Parts: sequence; structure tokens; C-alpha cells
Amino acid sequence: MLEARQLEAVRGDRRLFTALSFSLQAGELLYVNGPNGAGKSTLLRMLCGLVTPVEGEVLWQGVNIKSLAEDYYQELLFHGHQCAIKAELSGLENLRIAAALSGQMLAEEEVLEALERMGLKGLEDLPAKVLSQGQKHRVSLTRLLLTKANLWILDEPFTALDKASVELMKAVFSGHLANQGIIVLTTHQEVALDAATVKQIKLGP
Amino acid sequence: MNSPGILAILRCMLTRDLILAIRRLSDVLTTLFFFVIVVSLFPLGVGTDMEMLRAIAPGIVWVAALLASMLALGRLFSEDFADGTLEQLILTPQPLSVLVFSKIIAHWLVTGLPLVLIAPLIGLQYDLPAGALWTLVLSLLVGTPVLSLIGAIGAALTLGLRGGGVLISLLILPLYVPVLVYGAGVVDAGISGLNTQSHFLLLSAFLVIALVLSPPATAAALRISIE
Repeated sequence: MLEARQLEAVRGDRRLFTALSFSLQAGELLYVNGPNGAGKSTLLRMLCGLVTPVEGEVLWQGVNIKSLAEDYYQELLFHGHQCAIKAELSGLENLRIAAALSGQMLAEEEVLEALERMGLKGLEDLPAKVLSQGQKHRVSLTRLLLTKANLWILDEPFTALDKASVELMKAVFSGHLANQGIIVLTTHQEVALDAATVKQIKLGP
Repeated sequence: MNSPGILAILRCMLTRDLILAIRRLSDVLTTLFFFVIVVSLFPLGVGTDMEMLRAIAPGIVWVAALLASMLALGRLFSEDFADGTLEQLILTPQPLSVLVFSKIIAHWLVTGLPLVLIAPLIGLQYDLPAGALWTLVLSLLVGTPVLSLIGAIGAALTLGLRGGGVLISLLILPLYVPVLVYGAGVVDAGISGLNTQSHFLLLSAFLVIALVLSPPATAAALRISIE
């Protein structure tokens, strides 16, 4: 399904990683480990097609993602370092617009229900700028409950989350993997996920 | 999966950016006030010689419009870039040039259109005859979208750079020259009672070219800047 072939990344004149290959089948989870600056985020952005690899290629269903372009993005959900939440829009508006742009028209109730599951009931109409960092993060992660995407690429999804939210996220991840989804994630917290197959990559020295 | 059509996407992006602009009205008003103030300074500075004011009006209004449009360009992508939504826009299954195009339209609606609408009042300060006021408004109506469209390419290229503000002026202002020449020219011709049609046709040609070329170029520049 998702395959990386001989990837190489360079930042400035430093080589972050080279000849990195792996492949992920439906229902598999990949942990990307490594210290700060090892190239975890770069690898994730590479898998999304935001960064072009110096060498090698990323394949989805056997086709290079560059040639798939928008068809690949249909299958992809990326959660980056920033929350991608507009401070002037409410959580509800943020999610509905994001969903509409990814080609998914959502009813208000659907989004409200998802927000409630994330423990954000009562906050859905507040502009995101008055939310705390953790709450913003949760709004952003609510996309995981609503999306139809198969491949989730998540950069530090557990940052700023409280214990209950981490538990909920774990359940959501397991559900997605059981549904033949694929997850690639980085995290500095040790979170034990029960998936059929967990693969690990360690970057850096 | 029923994916929404291009028009639905255009509308969605447009609504999003317009809501954002309304909730942050001060940003919109600064451009407008900048334009009004710059244009109003000249009659105060050069004195009240009506002949001269009429002669310099087209150039001054157009230069002020150029600078105002320049001033607003920095915000076109920088906020989306800073909060990560730009990344998400690139990763949506929609053609990026369509998203970019709607962002440019929204940007013009909040920064360009107000200048067009206030232009008649501004023109009065320069004692422009009614016919010339009309020409001024029309020339701005055709010309300012070109400024937004060309400027978007520069804004995308300088995204995330230190000192991007100065760089963007160096990059974009030379490209604005044809619009300035024909924009001011058409008002000049209007004042002297000459035929303005050829100028308008050229300005419209610029607009058509910019409409076609700018969105894909801006989209390509964004992809480079985001790496």
C-alpha cells in the first residue's frame, strides 16, 4: 500500500537519512522514532509529498505519489506540527471548512457529535483563539473521527493532550487499524498501541 | 464518492476568507486608509493649483493604489502559512490553483474593491471632471485585480523569508509598471477628452493574461515555498 524506496533527505548540508525503505500494508502502524532533529518530521512531510526526496520515491498502491497528486490526497490525512486551526473561526467552522475542502460535506450534527466525543462540548462555537493549546489540538484531531481517509500521517499527535484524550486517541487509532487503515506517527511519549502489526523506524545516530 | 465541483470549492474558500476578513476588519481598513491618506497628502503638499492637481491626479491615484495593494500582499498567504492551514490546503484533493484563485479573489474583494469604490471621492480632491472620475473608477476596476493576481506570485515566492516585505516590492513593483502606465494613461486620456478604448483594451488584456497565468504560477511557487 504505502511504500518508501531508498529515501534520502538533506537539510542544509547535513544528510538526515539515506537509503530508507519500508512498506506498510493495510492495518499496519509505523512508529518513527528518533531524537530532535533526526528528520522525523521531514520524513513525514516527504510521505505527504510536501517535501521532495533528494533520492528515492514514495509509492501509494504501487504508483509514485507525485503522479497520483490529488488522488493520493483523497486518501491522506496529515496532522502537522501546527494545529492548522484558524484562530478567528470556531471549532465547528474550522472542521466543516476543512472537511468541505477535502471533498466531504458534513452535517452540523455530525461535527458536533465528534467534538463532543473529543470532550469539547460547549466549546464548539467559541473562536479557536480563546481555546487552550490542548483544546486546539483536540479540535484538530477531531478530523480523525470525521475523515474517510485511509492513510493517517500524524506528527506528534499526543502533544499537549491530557490522559483521557490520549486514551481516546488510542482507541480511535486501533479502530482505524482494525478497519484496514494505515497510520504513520511520531511521538516522544511512550504510548502502547495494540495493533496487529506495529513497525518501528529509528532515525538518527 | 461525490466530490464537490470546482465552483463549490471556489465558494467554500471564498466564504472562508471573507469570514476571516470580516472578523479581522482592522486589516482590511488599514489598506483602505493607507490609500486615502497617501492620495490626500498630495493636494496638501503641492498646493491648490487646480491645473496641476488635475494633471498629476491619475499618476498619484494609481501609484497609491499600487502601494496599497503591495502593502496588503504580505497577508495573502502568511497567516495560513503560520498556522499550518496552508499545508492542509496543499494536501486537499482539490487543484491548488483553484484554491489559490479563490484566495486571490477574496483578497481583491477586501483590499482592491474598496479602493475602486472610494476612488470617486478621492478624485474630487483633484478636481477631476465627472467623465474622468468614471474613467478612473473603471480603470481601477480592471487594473487592481491584475495587481492582486501578479502580486500573489510574489507573495507566494517570498513566503516565510526574512525581510520578505522588501523583497516582494523589488520583485513585484517592476511587474506592476505596465498596469501603472496604462491605468494612469487611460485616466489622462479621459481628462484630455481622448478616446480611451485602446487603453482599456490593453488593460483588459493584462487582466486576461494574469487570470490565466497567475493561479498556476502562484500554486507552483507555494509548493516550493512550503518545503
